[in-house]
Amino acid sequence: MSELTRMGAADLAQAIRSGAVSSVEVTQAHLNRIYDVDTGVHAFLHVSGEVALEAARAADARRSAGESASSLDGVPVAVKDVFTTAGIPTTCGSRILEGWVPPYDATVVSRLRKAGLPILGKTNMDEFAMGSSTEHSGYGPTRNPWDLERIPGGSGGGSAAAVAAGEAPLAVGTDTGGSIRQPGAVTGTVGVKPTYGGVSRYGLVALASSLDQAGPVARTVLDAALLHEVIGGHDPLDSTSIDRPLPPVVEAVRNADLSGLRVGVVKELGGEGYQSGVLARFDDAVKLMIEAGAEVVEVSCPHFVYGLAAYYLILPSEASSNLARFDAMRYGLRVLPEGVDAPSAEQVMNATREAGFGPEVKRRIILGTYALSSGYYDAYYGQAQKVRTLIARDFTAAFEKADVLVSPTAPTTAFKIGEKLDDPLAMYLNDIATVPASLAGVPGISLPSGLADEDGLPAGLQVLAPAMADDRLYRVGGALETMLQERWAGPLLDRVPKLEVRT
Amino acid sequence: MPDEPASITRDEVAYLARLARIDLTDEELDHLAPQLAVILESVAAVKEVAAQDIEPTSHAVPLTNVFRDDEVRPCLTAEEALAGAPDADQSRFRVPRILDEEA
Repeated sequence: MSELTRMGAADLAQAIRSGAVSSVEVTQAHLNRIYDVDTGVHAFLHVSGEVALEAARAADARRSAGESASSLDGVPVAVKDVFTTAGIPTTCGSRILEGWVPPYDATVVSRLRKAGLPILGKTNMDEFAMGSSTEHSGYGPTRNPWDLERIPGGSGGGSAAAVAAGEAPLAVGTDTGGSIRQPGAVTGTVGVKPTYGGVSRYGLVALASSLDQAGPVARTVLDAALLHEVIGGHDPLDSTSIDRPLPPVVEAVRNADLSGLRVGVVKELGGEGYQSGVLARFDDAVKLMIEAGAEVVEVSCPHFVYGLAAYYLILPSEASSNLARFDAMRYGLRVLPEGVDAPSAEQVMNATREAGFGPEVKRRIILGTYALSSGYYDAYYGQAQKVRTLIARDFTAAFEKADVLVSPTAPTTAFKIGEKLDDPLAMYLNDIATVPASLAGVPGISLPSGLADEDGLPAGLQVLAPAMADDRLYRVGGALETMLQERWAGPLLDRVPKLEVRT
Repeated sequence: MPDEPASITRDEVAYLARLARIDLTDEELDHLAPQLAVILESVAAVKEVAAQDIEPTSHAVPLTNVFRDDEVRPCLTAEEALAGAPDADQSRFRVPRILDEEA
């Protein structure tokens, strides 16, 4: 493993800027690492080596000319397969989009290209971002670099595993109910879900439009902030994009300090159902925050216990509507029904969706269709929307007592592949701590809190802040990361076991 | 309706699959119906919350209509738009018949 594939993005950017190393060298080192270990990890669905090297050469040419496209110019990045990429296949982890090459870039992708970040490839995910383990990918699961028998979280398990395995210094993901934060927790990486509307959704294959939010995946809090600044900010192509300046997230990391900060521990996000090692690392981190001068209070958010139920009604409802676009007419798979002469469009649609969608997608489409059907709408979808209001009010009340809220990111460390695959409710429980922020649209970060004693696997800590106060996530995350790394005598990712290299 | 226990039958799942335009197989229906019943029973917890007077939230942030000037902008060419089509003919999407043959 080359030293370049262990470095953070800020350090790589600095090395490229100073001329110590070229973007082509950095990009090639990561492409080599992908070649070496991705047979085992399977973080990538598509590797775009030529695209990446061409962008790297352009970055090196800019440097020679004394120019720079951004603070991350020349630093390569992996992109979750939910973002459209012109000229690079986009499948969203589904067979129904196998081989589809979009004719346009998502805004996040065009911003990455404009900022000079070479795109290494597209990362694996649960099909249409439905899942918490990446096992629901139509192309086989991604494996956790900490233990290849275990899941890397989901839906963005590919992005998190790529960053943890040294295959990419940075990645972008999307978080609808925890799909950036939970993979971050179980892989020992940093993941941020910005305020809803903080990063453009243009060009994202939509799962649940009122919840979907793109954000950074990185090895350090500073790296995440740098990437956040590249992809964030107003976009006229997304009508829900916030037309206000991005909070100063990079500055917040550089001036990270906890003195006088009021930190609220959410009573409902902990205790029963949480693994002891996850809770122990969380308690350690809270103690560190107190030592650093934070004022820690317990806050109660009584409606959070209904968050998962509301989420698993709102999400399938929106998804069942969004996924109606996969109709076998304009792009993607078209399957003709067997034994039917001159089938109708409707018959082709039925056969295509049967063949192209996996079990979890079908489950959620049926559930959403049920929740939205007449006679059930008020009792399910309507009531879930009211719960959403109550959860938002819980946040408002909690943020009167505390500047930020904290909890474990996920209730457990990474579980074994296959363990929960056919038990949807057990799978949904992984999102218990992450969905409240999604429902209320507030921002959240997950950062590693250490390794659980019982299994030696990474646990994550989540920080939540009021809408548009994303900078507070970085202030707390940056300070906590510094203290934890002092205790660990280095980054947690240095302890990822050596991966088998292809010979 | 809110007082009925949450449940879903195999026939209902088959009906919903028709609405959702998915040709589920018999095996899938056998498997999905009991799974969905368990999920529904769990998510029905939202009904326990007394929320008659609560406004529903459809979006996390307040939404207002966004206008833009009606200006000509570059867009996809016909070739680009058709590039991913399963079937195309004379710069158009070619689709299976949309009417019954007897009609």
